[in-house]
This record gives sequence, C-alpha cells and structure tokens, in this order.
Amino acid sequence: METYTFLRAFADSWMLLALTLFFVGVVLWVFRPGARALQQDAAASIFRNDRKPAAPALAELAASVPAVKEMRDVR
Amino acid sequence: MWDYLKLTVLGVTAVLAAIAANYAHDLAYMVNALVAMLAAAAAFVWVLRSADERLQTNEGEYMDGVIRAGVIATVFWGVVGFLVGVWIAFQLAFPALNLEFAQPFLNFGRLRPLHTSAVIFAFGGNALIMTSFYVVQRTSAARLWGGNLAWFVFWGYNLFIVLAATGYVLGATQSKEYAEPEWYVDLWLTVVWLAYLAVFLGTIIKRREPHIYVANWFYLSFILTVAMLHVFNNLSIPVSVFGSKSVQVFSGVQDAMVQWWYGHNAVGFFLTAGFLGMMYYFVPKQAERPVYSYKLSIIHFWALIFLYIWAGPHLLHYTALPDWAATLGMVFSIMLWMPSWGWMINGLMTLSGAWDKLRTDPIIRMMVVSIGFYGMSTFEGPMMSITAVNSLSHYTDWTIGHVHSGALGWNGMITFGALYFLVPRLWNREKLYSLAMVSWHFWLATIGIVLYASAMWVTGIMEGLMWREVDANGFLVNAFADTVSAKFPMYVVRGLGGVMYLTGGLIMAYNLWMTVRAQPARATMHSAVPAE
Repeated sequence: METYTFLRAFADSWMLLALTLFFVGVVLWVFRPGARALQQDAAASIFRNDRKPAAPALAELAASVPAVKEMRDVR
Repeated sequence: MWDYLKLTVLGVTAVLAAIAANYAHDLAYMVNALVAMLAAAAAFVWVLRSADERLQTNEGEYMDGVIRAGVIATVFWGVVGFLVGVWIAFQLAFPALNLEFAQPFLNFGRLRPLHTSAVIFAFGGNALIMTSFYVVQRTSAARLWGGNLAWFVFWGYNLFIVLAATGYVLGATQSKEYAEPEWYVDLWLTVVWLAYLAVFLGTIIKRREPHIYVANWFYLSFILTVAMLHVFNNLSIPVSVFGSKSVQVFSGVQDAMVQWWYGHNAVGFFLTAGFLGMMYYFVPKQAERPVYSYKLSIIHFWALIFLYIWAGPHLLHYTALPDWAATLGMVFSIMLWMPSWGWMINGLMTLSGAWDKLRTDPIIRMMVVSIGFYGMSTFEGPMMSITAVNSLSHYTDWTIGHVHSGALGWNGMITFGALYFLVPRLWNREKLYSLAMVSWHFWLATIGIVLYASAMWVTGIMEGLMWREVDANGFLVNAFADTVSAKFPMYVVRGLGGVMYLTGGLIMAYNLWMTVRAQPARATMHSAVPAE
C-alpha cells in the first residue's frame, strides 16, 4: 500500500479511535471519586510559596549538608 | 573546566562569525554575522571575567533576576512593536510614508514582518518566557533548574529577535508568514528553545508540590508544540553557508499546508496555550480566589490540545488543498469553539463573588476585558473558518481585524495585567506608582482596540462585498483599486486606534519605571536582595 493511503486510512480510523478513547479516559479520570479534594488542593497551590521555595524535606536536607551526612555515616 | 570549555566555544564562534561576515554573499547575512560575532565576543568577555568564581545558587530563594530582565524586555519590545505597527498602519493610509530616501529598507513589505515578529515573538515571547519562569517556580515551590541556563534562554532569545529584525529590514526572509527568519536564525532559535524546555521541565521535575498546576500544563504544551512546529516548518537547505538564502524542502501545496499547520498552531500554542497558562495563574492570583473549576480546566486543556492541531487548513479554503483537508480544518475549528470557551467560563466564574474588585482594581478590569476579547475572538475565528463565511472574509481586512482583536485585546491586555502584577512584587515595592495611570492605560487600550477592530470589520466586509459584486451581465463592478480608495477612512481610524494603544503602552512603561524608581521598598522580614 502507498504510504499516503496507509497513513490517511490509519489516521481516520485507529488513531482517531485511540485519541478519542484517551480523551474519554481523561474525562472519566477527572471525575473519579476522591478527586475533588486533590483538585481543590491543586487550585489553591498558587496561594502558597509566594516568596520562597518550600523547605526541603528532612531527608533531602541531610543528603545535601556534608556535616549531617558524616554524622549519619559515623553513626 | 566548564568555564574553559565555554570560553573555547565562544571564542571559536566569534572567529567563525567574523570569517562568515567576511565571505558574506548578502548584506543581511553580513550584518547578522557581525551581530553574532559581537554577541559571542561580549559573552566571551563576561565568562572570562567571572571565570573560576564559585556560582552561588541559593536553593532557598527564587531566581527572579532573569524574570526582572524579562519584564524590561517585554515592555521595551512591546512599545517598539506597537510603534512599528502604528507606522505601517499609516503607511497603508498614506503611501508617501514609504519614505523615498529609506528605500528599500523601510517600505511596508519589510516593516510588516518586523511588526508581527516584534509583537508576537519579542513582546509575546518575552512575556511568555518570563511569566513561565515566575509561575513554574511559585507553583512548583522550587528554584529554576539549571543555574544560569535561564539567563542563556533570555539572552539567546533576545539575540534571536535582533537577528530576525535586522534580517527583515535588510531583506532576508524565507517568505513564510510568522516564520520569516532564515535558516541560521532558525537553527539558533532551536538551540535556545531546547534550553528553555530543559529549564522549564527541570523545574517541574524537582518540584516540591505534589501537583503540576494547570498553568504549567499549558506552558509545557506551548513549549513542546512550538518546538515541533518550528522544526518542521523550517526544514530548508541553505544555498550557501555564507548566504541568507535557503530553499524549502517541501514545495507547492505541501509547503502551503505545512506553513499553515505551523501558522495556525503558532496562534494556537504560542498565543493561546501559552497565554492561557499566564491567565490560569494571574487571574486567580489577582482576584485572590482559586480557579472556579479545576475539572473544567483539565478537560478543556486536553480538548484544546487535541483539536487545535487540526485547524490549520481553514486558512487555505478554495486553494489547491484537497477538499477533505479544508473541510477537516473547518470542522475542527468549529469544534474548537467549546474548549476555547472553557477558559472564558472558568475565568469569568473565578471572579464570581469578587466582582466588586472591578470598581477598585483596574488590573482586574484589564484581565476581564482580556477574557472578554478572548471569548469574542475565539468565537469569531471558528465562524470565519466556515467556508461560506470565508469566501467573503478571506483576503480582506476582516482577517486583520480578527487577529488584532485577539492579539491586542486578549494577549496584550493579559500581558499588561501580568506586568502590573509582577513589577511591584519583583522589585519588592509596596504598590504601583499610579493606579490612575493604569486606568488611563486601560481606557486608551480598550477604546483603541474597539476603533481598530470595528474599522477592520467595516472595511473587510465592504471589501469582500465589492470584490464579488457583479452587474446584470455578470461583469465585475469594481476594480481592485476601487476597494483600496474606498478603504481610506477606515485605514485612518485604524491608525488612530493604534496610536491610542501605543500611548497606553507608553503610559504603562512610565508607570512601571516610576514604580521601580520612586516607590518605597516593601518592608520584609529578610531585607537581603535574593541571591542570583
């Protein structure tokens, strides 16, 4: 089959179906039970951390500061 | 070690650019090569002077220096772009303004791409890059990834603009609308854009927030899609490495299709998705209320992404393009109406309960007008893509009116709103220098847009009707020149609208300048300026 004909037929059959199903999946995913709290948290995220980045988690901090790391290694 | 590598690359680049300038086949190439040489030499000196200094990056602070530079560049290019726009608007009304002594450099044909690139890529592009850096840091609660790579993006992107602008005036163009820069400028933009993608994505990857806020989805889709569009539309082979001329790889109708696939998605992903990212942050922020429906934002994001990419063929109705492709473009353009209005609904509903702010806050007013023009032009666009409507509107000034109601009304207004939001925060000022000036800017810009858009509707529809008017014997009634002289009054009105918009931009530039210069600094707990 010619490349053009193949791509043309593929685009308006299987690919169209795949993209449509993906989109339907997105809609179902958005309305999944329990999503509301997460979405409200995401929507409110713009009101946090306005001036400074969030403090790193303790484990991250330990990994980045050599002295702390040494202490941990000695122990 | 890294510094020595940088110095080598910059030094070699400067020498190669000098050689290229020496062997240049045309003026545009020579000037561009000299600009590249100077840029590489300046960067060389800068790297040399700061070599072996330990870069102090403070992960406890946001990287705001590059955003401040972006704010300055946005305002500067905005005013330049509006000024060139006003000039070429009056060139159309009064052709004598194609000044004889400045030929061929300052004629309409060369200034027009200068105007479009200055407002879309220089003003809009700098606004998108700087707001995306601001938004991605705040919503990821993390400093920008990549150290000084963000500065490379800023300077590299502005170098791209200077190369493109000088090239247009000196006659280098590949004659593709919104993709006029020649092959070497395209290659440079590709490098800068990949660095931009790396900075943005790197910051998202190291985020300290569990979610990727919806604005970042829009920004990311903008960066990715523009990279893809840019590469495919600019596939060309240079005639010589020492000349600006290149030949497109595609030809005929394929080339036209790829060009408008690019052209319309530049509107879709540069001017729509990117600016929606901006709106999804700054509108809720200024209104101090979270976005109305986060569910709707996700659904309309994916709908917009899936539909926009197909809408390009509607710019090629009644051409050699196959009918099925044109129909596909039209159908997808009409379907696009709904996801486009997803934001309008979301944006306006975000303000429900905060409408009183409209009375007191001219910045919110700007944002609301921006949403209004967004809704209007995303309705007008699908309507104009219908083949029957298009047969009247195509090739007329209606198209120009449509583009400007979107670009001035929506992209411009939200950018102004974002600038007024950002400057006091970035320079740590209590408040803006003058809210009255913001109001002046608001009214000048709004009335300017209304004058512009209505003049173009009138002249566009008149022109379309005059072109298709036939007498009883089936002969065309009007010559092309008849439509040109009939359009004169509307061209003057359009130019005056542009003058008002430009005046508003100048007032904004003064207001922001005085905010930084004359307003007292905001008292903060930590008085130190953020480390860069």
